[in-house]
Amino acid sequence: MTIRFRLNGVDTDIEADPDTPLLTVLRGHLGLTGPHFGCGAGECGACNVLIGDHAVTSCDTPLWSIADKDITTIEGLGSVERPHALQRAFIAEQALQCGYCLSGIMMSAAALLKRNSNPTSTEIKAALDRNLCRCGSHNRMVRAILRAAAEMRAS
Amino acid sequence: MVVSPGKVEIGQGIVTALAQIAADELDVDIARVQMVRASTSASPNEGVTSGSLSVQHSGRAIRFACAEIRQIFLDAAAERLGVDPAVLAVNDGVISGPGNISTSYWELANEISLDRDATAATPPKSSAQRTLAGQSLQRLDIPDKVFGRPRFIHDSPLPGLLHGRILRPELSQAKLVALNEERARKVDGLVAIVRDGNFTGVVCETEPGAEAALAALRKGANWAQGETLPDEEDIAEWLKRQPAVSTVIADKKAAAPVAKARTVKRQYHRPYIAHGSIAPSCAMAQWDGDLVRIWTHSQGVYLLRSDLVMVLKMPRENIIVEHMESAGCYGHNGADDVALDAALLAKAVPGRPVRVLWSRADEMSHAPFGAAMTIEVEADLDASGEIVGWRHSIWGNGHTARPGRADQPALLAATELATPFPRAISVDPPAAVGGGSDRNSVPLYDFPSWHIECHRLTTMPIRTSALRTLGAHGNVFAVESFLDELAFERGEDPVEFRLRHLSDIRSRDVIEAAARRAEWKPAKADGTGYGIGFSRYKNTGAYCAAVAEVEVGEDIRVRKLTLAVDVGEAINPDGVINQIEGGAIQATSWVLKERVRFDTTRITSNSWTEYPILRFSEVPDVDVEIISRPEVDSVGAGEAAHGPVTAAIANAVFDALGVRLRHLPITRDRLIAAMELS
Repeated sequence: MTIRFRLNGVDTDIEADPDTPLLTVLRGHLGLTGPHFGCGAGECGACNVLIGDHAVTSCDTPLWSIADKDITTIEGLGSVERPHALQRAFIAEQALQCGYCLSGIMMSAAALLKRNSNPTSTEIKAALDRNLCRCGSHNRMVRAILRAAAEMRAS
Repeated sequence: MVVSPGKVEIGQGIVTALAQIAADELDVDIARVQMVRASTSASPNEGVTSGSLSVQHSGRAIRFACAEIRQIFLDAAAERLGVDPAVLAVNDGVISGPGNISTSYWELANEISLDRDATAATPPKSSAQRTLAGQSLQRLDIPDKVFGRPRFIHDSPLPGLLHGRILRPELSQAKLVALNEERARKVDGLVAIVRDGNFTGVVCETEPGAEAALAALRKGANWAQGETLPDEEDIAEWLKRQPAVSTVIADKKAAAPVAKARTVKRQYHRPYIAHGSIAPSCAMAQWDGDLVRIWTHSQGVYLLRSDLVMVLKMPRENIIVEHMESAGCYGHNGADDVALDAALLAKAVPGRPVRVLWSRADEMSHAPFGAAMTIEVEADLDASGEIVGWRHSIWGNGHTARPGRADQPALLAATELATPFPRAISVDPPAAVGGGSDRNSVPLYDFPSWHIECHRLTTMPIRTSALRTLGAHGNVFAVESFLDELAFERGEDPVEFRLRHLSDIRSRDVIEAAARRAEWKPAKADGTGYGIGFSRYKNTGAYCAAVAEVEVGEDIRVRKLTLAVDVGEAINPDGVINQIEGGAIQATSWVLKERVRFDTTRITSNSWTEYPILRFSEVPDVDVEIISRPEVDSVGAGEAAHGPVTAAIANAVFDALGVRLRHLPITRDRLIAAMELS
């Protein structure tokens, strides 16, 4: 069946089994490379995207559940020409090692900044607690998010 | 400027550090340096990217090669301009001299052939002449990753790509007794089911199809139990009862022996530890007649190829192995295994590329683990309680079974074929490259005598190979915990006690710097504690000291880690700090959380729920000081922090509660059990 949703601001129709995981649709049918597969069980957050204003693991979100909803991936957050404050801040802080978990973490951070423009370190850590990072780049990422929040408040 | 190193990016930023070295030596803007991924078709064979050696090895080679290239161009420019090469200078590739004469690398490029062997005859710049070394340049790979552009092997689009999955049993080394393929064959887009003995996989046009076919195949598979695994609760003692090869690692006799009054003996243990990369292992392969091309995130493309030659029974020139990035790599994980999986599946679909992706469960149960270790340390004390003798014994499996090192392959699928290769039993690298089980077992302290021995198991029911630091993690935990116990018994401050036994200046400097930075020793509140740990990685690499601040309440929490590190010349200081921070946080996760779980038939910790790692809310603050020594050759930073941080946390927990935990991980349950005993 056909499921319609908005992906990064663009109306999108997908013809697929409604139980297909959203991540499979994003990476397979739509050819995006931002959201990553890590566990397939919603346990690591490497596949996080925004559904509306909320960060959600896309690997265990069935396609049917996002009908008519707004989906944002890292590709929709910003571009090289028009980077999001988070993208600028992660570059400035060199806030990663391997970066595989990064897009999911940035989407969790984007969701946090939508509801809290001035988060503390503790609030940021709480918001990222369902995202795993194995390289140990956590503190840099928290610094990058604080920097992005400050920049967004100033502008 | 194209640089094609044999070392590979595994999330450590090495490509940027190497580009920095090349740009520095050539006098060009770093933006002109294009780094090419390692491939057996074009790159030098630099073995494996491991052991924190990439800047030492590849960096040195690039430095010499680029110095020579610069000189070749200077000589050509001098001839063209009719001046002495000594009066010429290079600025971003433009070669100029007195009286506004100038030419450039690009003008001369057509006249000069670099198709020659480097001679290492041209001396590179001194550290004072370099302009980029020592600067924290931004990493070259980060923009792609921040914008979600394809960078990882998982993201790489190849035309006509098929998707493969491997059917692996949950039971350890199980035998496939029967396989009903009927339901899998009905899956839309199925292209092939490949079976060779116990090795079974599916190839499908789509990824969901491959998953569906695998699920169907799993239902139709009947496995017979394989090898029995040891009792997890008894593992520390089990290791000591196994057949082993025993080796004396070091034996130092006292110049003037002093009689011992008594002996103190303690036993420490670390469990099997999983790599737990966030990305499951992945590879692509494509056959073209009798040639096969393989894309892999292996740490050593040539070494992997050597093993593929044995399994595929093909000449090496018919196998091209090319590196692509994956998530962070902390040692010999499933990267090489999945490359063979992909080659075997792709063989069934000639001409078409196949990407094979492991499941999270396979990643956590079939990839090799870091070896469990039991370590006994004994000190002879004289009448005044001073250390006059020291003994250290290690039991466990070897710490490497990497591909390309033995006369049999080390790849998982090779053991599953109808005509199988035996499973490669892990060995230990020689002492000259830092050893394995014995890594960091020889004390850095000025004890008058010592005897170190290692008992490497010759059986291996649980597969082990290289994980970050090899045996150094366990050995530093044991040595530095034991020193703390001895200092406490004497009522001495643990920092002072270490310094009193340490004459080496660089060792003393990192300990003093870490202690000073942490304001050692802060007054402690109830339930908080402070501990220190120190080592020089491999006894030849980076010096690192760590001070841990812990808080023990409902749970054990590491609040802060303060580290001092000396890597000699720091090429990219922020890269060094990033590696030390990352190592410190990963070690905190190992100490507080990690332990591969198993019953007698299978590995049970095959998900993030069963194998938890440190989360954001549990991560300590990490503060790093680099002791800069630009005049001293660089050594790697990637493995320096794990041992010292582990010991510092264990010592801080003791400082907080007065209870000594000698088995990792240090968990609340174990703490409660130890308190009840004491």
